[in-house]
Amino acid sequence: MSLSSNIESHSAHSEPAVYVYEAPLRLWHWINALAIVVLGVTGYFVGSPLPAMSGEASDHFLMGYIRFAHFAAAYILLIGFIGRVYWAFVGNHHAREIFLPPLLSKDFWSGVIHEIKWYAFIAKEPRKYTGHNPLAVLFMHFMFVWGMLFMIVTGFALYGEGAGAGSWAHSLFTTWVIPLFGQSMDVHTWHHLGMWFIILFAMMHIYVAIREDIMSRQSLVSAMISGWRTFKDKRDVDDGH
Amino acid sequence: MTETFYEVMRRQGISRRSFLKYCSLTAAALGLSPSYAGEIAKAMETKPRIPILWLHGLECTCCSESFIRSAHPLAKDVVLSMVSLDYDDTIMAAAGHQAEAIIEETIEKYDGNFILAVEGNAGLNQEGMNCIIGGKPFQNQLQHAADHCKAIISWGSCASYGCVQAAAPNPTQAVPTHKSIKTSKPIIKVPGCPPIAEVMTAVITYILTFEKFPELDRQGRPKMFYSQRIHDKCYRRPHFDAGQFVEKFDDEGARKGYCLYKVGCKGPTTYNACSTIRWNEGTSFPIQAGHGCIGCSEDGFWDKGSWYARLTDIHQFGVEGNADDIGGTAAAVVGTAIAAHAAVSAVKRAQKKKENV
Repeated sequence: MSLSSNIESHSAHSEPAVYVYEAPLRLWHWINALAIVVLGVTGYFVGSPLPAMSGEASDHFLMGYIRFAHFAAAYILLIGFIGRVYWAFVGNHHAREIFLPPLLSKDFWSGVIHEIKWYAFIAKEPRKYTGHNPLAVLFMHFMFVWGMLFMIVTGFALYGEGAGAGSWAHSLFTTWVIPLFGQSMDVHTWHHLGMWFIILFAMMHIYVAIREDIMSRQSLVSAMISGWRTFKDKRDVDDGH
Repeated sequence: MTETFYEVMRRQGISRRSFLKYCSLTAAALGLSPSYAGEIAKAMETKPRIPILWLHGLECTCCSESFIRSAHPLAKDVVLSMVSLDYDDTIMAAAGHQAEAIIEETIEKYDGNFILAVEGNAGLNQEGMNCIIGGKPFQNQLQHAADHCKAIISWGSCASYGCVQAAAPNPTQAVPTHKSIKTSKPIIKVPGCPPIAEVMTAVITYILTFEKFPELDRQGRPKMFYSQRIHDKCYRRPHFDAGQFVEKFDDEGARKGYCLYKVGCKGPTTYNACSTIRWNEGTSFPIQAGHGCIGCSEDGFWDKGSWYARLTDIHQFGVEGNADDIGGTAAAVVGTAIAAHAAVSAVKRAQKKKENV
């Protein structure tokens, strides 16, 4: 075993892994990701429909199916989000991270600054975290959690317009969201901009997950599949910093 | 004793049979059950008519033009005789000081009992000098009448939302009724540019008959006419669901009467009754004529263009573009940044590996 002791990185595999993402959370992550893809694609085609179908209206239901897929995925996303919030209460403490960023903690902000330096290629090495790093907590909270809430509220307000007065979506969202934004068209426009906001989130989220999986001191992509966070070195974790 | 509505109608030469027809028609238009026809008739036979003061601010008079073209000829006669049009500067006989005196007379005689109907709005800039009536800003006249009325009807998009004179950059600072005056009186909005004639007469009939406003939504519009979108009752809706769209105004789809969504129809975002009641005695409405809805009964519709594109122009970001232009640009910028960042990361990692070896 003299060989392994010579090479620092190999010894990392003897580091005990930590179970971070529990099964319901992982399931939610991937269902939610799929729902977002369906919502993005169908939503785009609701705003800019495909070339016209010829023939009689009774022969086709293309726009109807596109809208159905959009609404079905929206319901899945909504129920998933409610389940995710529930899991923040009953799951392990990592499940709460993205909902409650410790904005008043000095250590947290020092962690954010260090992480920004790491991304700006100033810091030589990132800190080591069991859960999200502080910058990721900020990113997930403000882009993802609030982005999702915005899309759920505006989306179901628009859904309530079609479902009509008396439907739960109309009573719960449409009645106050439409006047809040001014009129229906404004809600459509903001919901559309919200789609691009979520797309920007997804681009950065995927890039960072892959980059950090390669370059940081812990596993990322596989952690969301198996639930186990593995580390690449034996030094102490910097959780809370 | 003051005349009842029925007496006024009989005096106008309307037969009882026609009167009852009108009552059933109105009940139907208001979405009430047939039994309400009798109630309307009873109310009209026994209640003294309520005077309406109809004021005009910055406007194009299209509301009045629409109103006098109410489909059922009787409705027009009845409502015109019901409405004490002592003052309506478009159609009254009096002029000049005589006309202005009538306002004061009505206010004194029916203090706290008349209904104030507002067409158009007041421009607040330049001390209200953009709309002068009888030598005074319209704003003053409006406030004065509002102080003494029982309730206020905001006719059309001008009085409800501001409409064209309030469109950007709004040099006169035209504002709708509820923003130009201080009042605790209830306001009903009947938006549209103009509103549908039958909607106007039905709203007046409802108020006069039941002495209260019909049920209103959160924005103050009568639910019976503004709770559904043009889109929800559009006869071209099957083409929308099928994915059959007019791409250009001269294409095959346009000839076949496909959905006008892609050429900018605002039916899906416009709350009004055009697709059910229609216009000009139920003859047609914009979509039936082959042109998309422009959303004239929605707040700020002049600034939600283009009327010929599905996605609205957004001006807030400095450059003009729609949501896809802006989102696409942002995605391209972020995408480029990610690619550049990834490249630098790869180089740094390669360097580090070299150092470690």
